[in-house]
Amino acid sequence: MANYEVSELVDWDKRIQEKAAGFGLDWFPQEFEICDHNGMLGYMAYSGMPSHYPHWSFGKAYEKLKTLYDYGVNGLPYEMVINSNPAIAYLMRDNTLLLQILTIAHVYGHNDFFKNNFTFKSATRAELTIEFFKAHAMRVRRYMEDPSIGVEKVERILDAAHALSWQCRRNLAIRKLSRNEQVERAIETAQPRTDPFQRLHSRPEFKEPETRKVPLEPDEDLLLFIRDHNPFLTEWEKDLLTIVDEETKFFLPMMETKIMNEGWASYWHKKIVEALELPQGLRIEFIVRHNQVLRPMPGSINPYHVGFKIWEDIYRRHTEPTPDEIKKYGAPGKNGKDKLFEVREVERDTSFVRRYLSEELMREMDMFQYEPRGDELVIDKVSDDEGWKQIKETLIKNVGTGSIPVLKVEDSDFGHNRTLYLKHYHDGRDLLLEYAEKSLAFAYRLWGRECVLETTLQSKRSLLCYNERGFSMRALK
Amino acid sequence: MNDDTIFREYRPSDAERSDRSAGDRLRHREKVRESIRENIADIIAEESIIGKNRDKVIKVPLRGIKEYRFIYGENSPGVGEGDGEARPGQVVGKTGKEGQDKGDGRAGDRPGVDYYETDVSLEELIDIMFEDLELPNLERRALREIPSDRSTKRKGYRHVGIRVRLDKRRTARQRVMRALATGRKQDLAQVEAAGQIENASEEEPQPLDGPAVLQAPVKRRFPFHQDDLRYRHLETDTREDSNAVVICIMDTSGSMDTMKKYLARSFFFLLYQFISTRYRNVEIVFIGHHTEASEVTEEEFFHKGESGGTFISSGYQKALDIITERYHPSLWNIYAFHCSDGDNFDSDNPAALRTAKELAEICNLFGYGEIKPLGSRYYESSMLNVFRRLDEPNFQAVLIERKEDIWPSFKAFLSKDRVKE
Repeated sequence: MANYEVSELVDWDKRIQEKAAGFGLDWFPQEFEICDHNGMLGYMAYSGMPSHYPHWSFGKAYEKLKTLYDYGVNGLPYEMVINSNPAIAYLMRDNTLLLQILTIAHVYGHNDFFKNNFTFKSATRAELTIEFFKAHAMRVRRYMEDPSIGVEKVERILDAAHALSWQCRRNLAIRKLSRNEQVERAIETAQPRTDPFQRLHSRPEFKEPETRKVPLEPDEDLLLFIRDHNPFLTEWEKDLLTIVDEETKFFLPMMETKIMNEGWASYWHKKIVEALELPQGLRIEFIVRHNQVLRPMPGSINPYHVGFKIWEDIYRRHTEPTPDEIKKYGAPGKNGKDKLFEVREVERDTSFVRRYLSEELMREMDMFQYEPRGDELVIDKVSDDEGWKQIKETLIKNVGTGSIPVLKVEDSDFGHNRTLYLKHYHDGRDLLLEYAEKSLAFAYRLWGRECVLETTLQSKRSLLCYNERGFSMRALK
Repeated sequence: MNDDTIFREYRPSDAERSDRSAGDRLRHREKVRESIRENIADIIAEESIIGKNRDKVIKVPLRGIKEYRFIYGENSPGVGEGDGEARPGQVVGKTGKEGQDKGDGRAGDRPGVDYYETDVSLEELIDIMFEDLELPNLERRALREIPSDRSTKRKGYRHVGIRVRLDKRRTARQRVMRALATGRKQDLAQVEAAGQIENASEEEPQPLDGPAVLQAPVKRRFPFHQDDLRYRHLETDTREDSNAVVICIMDTSGSMDTMKKYLARSFFFLLYQFISTRYRNVEIVFIGHHTEASEVTEEEFFHKGESGGTFISSGYQKALDIITERYHPSLWNIYAFHCSDGDNFDSDNPAALRTAKELAEICNLFGYGEIKPLGSRYYESSMLNVFRRLDEPNFQAVLIERKEDIWPSFKAFLSKDRVKE
């Protein structure tokens, strides 16, 4: 049972804020809500949102979380914090005082990250978060209650939209060109270059730029593309697609910065709690808890641990680099703290790992790469002189949204038949066929006409088709 | 910096009220049930459920409630952290094992096991099975019910009643309420102080001094009124009991092999479970027969093999005897079912037909299932042809060739049910 009073937490919070401000963290106003395990499970099922549109998958998520919790397979997180202004964090009522202190300090780390990292700044508007989800929930509920629509029809669309929702743009800081801009760009590209030796060279053949194709440039926003180009969708159906797309993009930055974000919060909770100069008993408990959170999980990647290690390493390399490192990377151009704050603002997991995970650090963490062989996952590379680069590449492919295959709409009128032509940008990893088949069926449900997907399966280019006769597959030459 | 951090305290009342996922959980549960219903024939054909206890929880494979997305297959390599001992060639896990990607923030779950399983109690499964049966006629017809248990139970209070049921406490309370309502509070308080609720003003305290004398006339009697009286109300509670007996008749002759017995057993199991959902008191009788019939225990019924030929009529006659002896049709709903491979002696056929007709007359439902696993000896005689001549509305003969047939034939069988007038 809890060994603290809320008034104590308020005092600790004051002290934590002082320390955090001293370190230069910069955060949104913070709100803490203390909840019990049921409340926490509920928030987890709905990604922490106080209101969210209903869908059975959240019920499923809840049941699953609850079962795992009841059987002691998974514990609950100490906290959960959502990216809003004011930031809302949930604290578990039954945690000890020390855990609450640790958690509060951790939350300020996340809060600072939400406010300053470019992925969050470009993709979300924190002050509107709560309202944004509430409005979505209201709209979806209204459609469900509308007698001419009803739950079944809404679910039909939501099911399909959820299946495709992650097929969207990854870096929202890059503006998507409008169609007109794309046309302009195509025309511009088609213009012959100015050639100082025009008179000597034969005139290059002018190729008329393609300007009629839809989409002109391959489009990653699958849901939005279907919404804008399927004339048979009703307004409420389009609205549902918009809602799902917007919510996905809200959570995109979280995925894109998992390692950075958790590492950052862990880095600062350690700094802050150490600066608090806790009494002996609490300090020992802190060390135990801190190590629990940051323990490496053999065989997989613990984002808290990896992130924390990299942040520490960045700081160290910019304050007290070893002579070897100076020789290898040059003298640091910035002091450690400035560097930390710069990195937290301008990187995301992919670039963070690429730039700051050093060979030495990988060796220290004993990173390895495994491959499926038969029924087993077998280590095929370890972080030695030959292996580390490959391992790093594999890791980069798997962090952030790297674990989601890239699909783009290539053509919406393939074969002049209004067939939606999707292409999987294959990077060595095959799609899981069963899932691809079912997901393609969902695309068909939304598009209303045949959908085809070009991909590579076991090194053979293949075309998966889904139309009114069902699923079929054929090899491409 | 901001020091206006808000702490919202835990309030149990809020926590209890905000079971926000209830609706979505319900919907998910519905989808699970839908999915089970779609695959019910496959599920009940599985050996594992036959003969199980009703409380038993069974794992049911489900299709259709997975959340599909485009995800990578199993050939993609991954990265892990080691404990300093990682060497090429070490095995770090199994493919397709759940939890492989725990905590690394991937969106697309790797597919776990090939299918998604859920735990369903057999009870629930049986409910779903019978929902699938869609037997509106059976539902609507009144079952034969016999009053079995008479008792009285309290049911509220009335203004009128007999003296012995007067509830003094409530009556007194009513009077207090009426006194309060008429503004005689002060009087009553004094009366209560004197500890004289029952007969309020019979002994008025003697006024001691002047002002008290002035008050005395105000303090009037406040007697009980007819409206104050409260009587306990009792109701007789009759529990209707409905009795049913399931008579399982099986050919235990030499030609019935394990496979045939298994099919028969599945069928009897379903029948018993079904009857149990419809009646409160269900008994089961096992009759095994070859050329002679005898009542046996369940164990013997399914496991003991006999040898020899077959007189189907012997089994029917035994059933008739048992019914006359123990289960009079006016008190019992009788369900009889017979499983055989149809390999009857020709000479017995007329007798079999006659006894079958008698059985059909006294049973709610009487059925014959001919079990001929595919690939078994087809040229043999079949009782189906014989029973074609039996023209009773509550008789059904079905052919069971493989376990997938059990459910359809069971449905066909039940469609004939009738409740005797």
